[in-house]
Parts: sequence; C-alpha cells; structure tokens
Amino acid sequence: MIEFSAISPFVIFFASIATSNMILNNFLGMCSYLTISSEYKTATGLGKAVTLVIVVTNVINWLVYHYVIVPLNIEYMRYIIFIMVIAALVQIIEMAMDRYLPDLHANLGIFLPLITVNCAILGSTLFMIIRLYGFWQSLLFGIGSGLGWWMAICMLAAIRERMARAKLPPGLAGAGITFIITGLMALAFIGFSGIFTIQ
Amino acid sequence: MAEILQTIGSVTGISLVLAVIISLAEKWLNNYGQVNIDINRGGRTFTTEGGRSLLSTLSEQKIFIPSACGGKATCGLCKVQVLSGSGVILPTEIPYLTAQEQKDNVRLSCQVKVKNDMAILIPEELFNIKEFVGTVEELRDETHDIKLLRIRLPEGETVKFKAGQFMQFYTKPYGKVKETVFRAYSIASPPSDNTHIDLIVRLVPGGLATGYVHQALQVGDEVRLSGPYGDFYLRGENADELIMIAGGSGLAPIRSLIYDITEKGLDHKIRFFFGAVARRDLYALEEMAQLEKQNPNFTFIPALSNPADGDEWEGETGRITDVVARHLDGAEGKEAYLCGSPGMLDACIAVLNSKGFSDDSIFYDKF
Ligand SMILES: Cc1cc2nc3c(=O)[nH]c(=O)nc-3n(C[C@H](O)[C@H](O)[C@H](O)COP(=O)(O)OP(=O)(O)OC[C@H]3O[C@@H](n4cnc5c(N)ncnc54)[C@H](O)[C@@H]3O)c2cc1C
Ligand code: FES
Repeated sequence: MIEFSAISPFVIFFASIATSNMILNNFLGMCSYLTISSEYKTATGLGKAVTLVIVVTNVINWLVYHYVIVPLNIEYMRYIIFIMVIAALVQIIEMAMDRYLPDLHANLGIFLPLITVNCAILGSTLFMIIRLYGFWQSLLFGIGSGLGWWMAICMLAAIRERMARAKLPPGLAGAGITFIITGLMALAFIGFSGIFTIQ
Repeated sequence: MAEILQTIGSVTGISLVLAVIISLAEKWLNNYGQVNIDINRGGRTFTTEGGRSLLSTLSEQKIFIPSACGGKATCGLCKVQVLSGSGVILPTEIPYLTAQEQKDNVRLSCQVKVKNDMAILIPEELFNIKEFVGTVEELRDETHDIKLLRIRLPEGETVKFKAGQFMQFYTKPYGKVKETVFRAYSIASPPSDNTHIDLIVRLVPGGLATGYVHQALQVGDEVRLSGPYGDFYLRGENADELIMIAGGSGLAPIRSLIYDITEKGLDHKIRFFFGAVARRDLYALEEMAQLEKQNPNFTFIPALSNPADGDEWEGETGRITDVVARHLDGAEGKEAYLCGSPGMLDACIAVLNSKGFSDDSIFYDKF
C-alpha cells in the first residue's frame, strides 16, 4: 500500500494528468466526454469548465470534509453532502461568472449545469478523501485532474474532427469508433505508468 | 436513535447553510439594480430591475414577443434586434439566426439577460401587441349559429390595429372543458372604435372556443384577449377597385375594412360578395345597407347557394364562386380580399386567377 499522504503535491499533479488520468485511466466523466467531443471548440469549452469546477469543488469539499463532516461524525453521509456542495457551487460559479466574466460565461455557461452531474468531479473529490490527501495535495490533484480531463477530451475531439470525412464501416460510426479511439489513447497512456504511482 | 437524529440534523443544517448561501449569492450576484430599456430609438422607454431575460422583462411591460417554447431556445420565435447593451451571441442562439441576423445583432430575447441599460428594436406591430382583459358588453345572435361579441376594454385602455387583423381570444374552463385554449378571431369593429373589439363567432359543432362563446359566455363576463396580429389588411395603393369575398363569420374582418375605408373617405370602389346557404344564414343586412348609403362606392352583394322554401329571395343565387365569376370581368386595377373556410377560399382564388388576378393582388385569411 502506498503512503498517499507522503507524496509530493507536484508528483500528484503530474500523475493525475499522465498516469492517473480521470478519463484514460479511471474512465470517469465518460458521458460528456463521448457526446461533446465531436468539435474541438466546444470540447475545449467543456474542458475549461470541468477544470474550473474540479479545482473549486476539491478545495471546498476538502474543507467541508475535514471541518464539518468529520467533526460531526457523519462520514457515511459524505456522498450526499459532496453532491449537494457540488450542485450549490456550480450554481454560484455560474452566477458569479455571468456577473463578472460575461464573455467567459457566454462560452462556458451552457456547460456548467451539465457538469454538476459529471462523475469526474465527484470522483476527484472521493479520491482525495480515500487517499487521505492533505490540503495542498488535494488542490494540485484537482488542478491536475481537471487539466488531464481537458487534455483528453481535446485529443479525442481533434482526432474525431480529422476523422469526420473518413469512411467508417457503418457499424462503427459514432459511439463505436469513439470507444476504440479512447481505448487506444488509454493504451498509449499506459506508457507513462511507472513514472509516478499515486493509485 | 441519537445518532440518527444527529445525522438528520447535520444534513439538514448543511443543506440549510447551502440554501442560504445560494440565496445570498443570488441577491448579491444577480442584483443588477435598475436598468433603462429603450425601444425603437425612444419610441418607448422604461426602467426596471435587471437580472432576468429580456423576454420576461418585456412581457412584464406588456410587450408581447412571440414565444412558443417558453424561453428554452427551441422555437426561435422570440427574435429582437439589440442595438446596445447585450453581450455576445450565445451558442444556444446560433442555430436560429441567419448570418445577416447575427451581423445585425438580432438575438433570441429569451437568452439575453438584462444586466445594464439596453436599446432594442422591435417591429412596430409587436410593439402594439397587448393583452387586454375586457368585459362582454353585448352578445347578439346574428343567425342560428353566429354570434356577435362586443367587448369593452377596461377604462383608459385603447387598442391600435389595422382593419382586417385578428386577436387571440382566451377561453376559461367551462362545463366539461377543464383547460384554457386560445383561438384567433378577426376584429369586426373599425380601428376608430379603439375602446371596443367586436368579434363574430360561428359555432363549430364540438368546438372548444366557439362552444365557450355560444354556451358559457354571458354579458358582463371578463374575457382575455391579446393582439393585434396578422398581415391581412388593406394595401390598396395600386388599386381603384376592391373585390371582397366572405362566407359565414368571414364577414368579420371585411366589416372592419369597409367601415375603415368609409370613415377615412378613401375613394376605392368596393364590391363585397357575401355567400350563405339560405336566408337564415344571412346577417348584417341592415348594417350593410346603411354602409351603402354612407359610401356610394360600396356595393353589397349577398348570394344564397340554396335558398329554402319560403325564403322569398330575390337576390343572387348560386355558389359564391359562380356569382363572383358572373360579376367580374378582368382584374385590371383590382385587389381581392377574401375570408372564410379554406375550401371556399381555394375555390374563389382559382376563379380570381382565371379572371387574371395575380397572386400578389389577392389577400386572404383562412379560418
Ligand atoms: C386568422 C384567423 C382568423 C379567424 N377569424 C375567425 C372569426 O372571425 N370568426 C370565427 O368564427 N372563426 C375565426 N377563425 C377560426 C377560429 O380561430 C377557430 O378555429 C374556430 O372558431 C374553431 O374553434 P373551436 O375552438 O370552437 O374549435 P376546435 O375545438 O378547435 O375544433 C373542433 C372541431 O371542429 C373542427 N373545426 C375547427 N375549425 C373549424 C371551422 N372553422 N369550420 C369547421 N370545422 C372546424 C376541428 O377540426 C375539430 O374537429 C379564424 C381563424 C384564423 C386562423
Ligand atoms: S422563446 Fe422560444 S426560442 Fe426564445
């Protein structure tokens, strides 16, 4: 068993991009990854939004867990509480963005409600709790997970855009080929394994 | 037990805190203060609270932008041109906007949030669409299945419309009908009478709205209307004779048109062919005779397709298409205005075409 709490936050950061990528190693957040990846531009939009929300929810959920849930002794309710916190945060982020960063909101606004139910977000929160990460570890884990997810969806979108005019066997078009590409990308990412291990 | 209570208490407390935070955030972040909206370059201005969509902000001011989806960006009807004060066009709007509209900054008003002062342009007609809650002043049987409904607008309110346009009429639940429906009815009164709206409603067997008017509605009842809508109105610039053809309740917009032309003293020659089956389906005869006296250019030509025994009818007989065909010789300098059931209109349009009327000199509302 790895001593998680002893790993440097920076190692966690790089690992969560390369060796413990949310999509390519943990296969979390797949639904939006598969459906919103046909165009590079929208994929980046969604990637940015996911990164932002993962970072903010990781920080807040870490605080909520250590300063509310643990003292109250209600760890077994943590799933519900995390989800409520995520939902509330996304609401507030959306309102704040609409107010202060209207241009960004115009691009990301439609993705934010979608993200509330993205399991990569809850996954990231749960990993940091299970692995007993400290505050800085959680923060960098959040940033890394978000960037990793963003990178993965952009790669897929770029490939799918290039593939748009390719002749596919009818049975493979759409979701079929997307799964195959994702699998190949995941295989490629196995090449990184061993550089760092955090899970 | 204590553990259960503690858990319930804690989770409730956390939800409560989150709810309070969201409400506070909403108060703080969504509070855009008072904003000024300018419509049609000073045509109308008002000050209101920001923070909601342009569509709901306008409808609160009783400016009705058409909307069929209730603001979900799926109908594309709620277009408004924004001159200043909106952000960029959202991805949700792009599918509904042409390249030219995007260049002109036409927006879906349900997707535009009002955050600061705005200037917008809306078609003058929309600007005129209002909602009224009027009172039934008169409910008169014109024939066995046609009623004239005279609605008085509330004190101080007026309606501005072009003769020929129609209103949307909202029913209330009645009898076995539990829902509110709305239907289009042409305005039968002239625009000069801007405190009343006359509708002429023919009972459709089993019809929801006409059943309501004929069976449930009473003098003194309140009725809800919105409008005016529609592009059936007088053109007339290039014509010196107007041929009008109607059947049944189709008389309604024609009545408004003839009053309007007479009151304005326009010098068009008018021939109005009014088709009915038998004597008992004819109405408004005295009124039309009166109009003929007031306006020497106007001729009323009622025609019965199947007079009953004892009708003692000396006027035109035959199908309305045949009567029109008998009277018309050529389309030179003429425009035609038609109202009635789709079947009758199609037959009449065919006759008019055969007389040389081009499609852009024929105007109609299919009921
Ligand atoms: C622009 C416009 C202007 C109109 N102006 C008038 C007007 O001035 N006066 C007026 O009486 N009506 C007018 N109508 C028609 C009116 O809007 C309604 O469609 C009509 O009154 C029937 O409504 P309902 O709710 O009673 O019938 P519904 O409950 O809608 O229909 C009941 C049944 O009757 C059939 N039906 C519907 N309409 C007719 C019809 N006209 N003839 C025969 N069967 C029908 C339906 O197919 C259905 O089976 C106008 C329509 C339009 C589009
Ligand atoms: S109201 Fe339907 S698109 Fe705006």
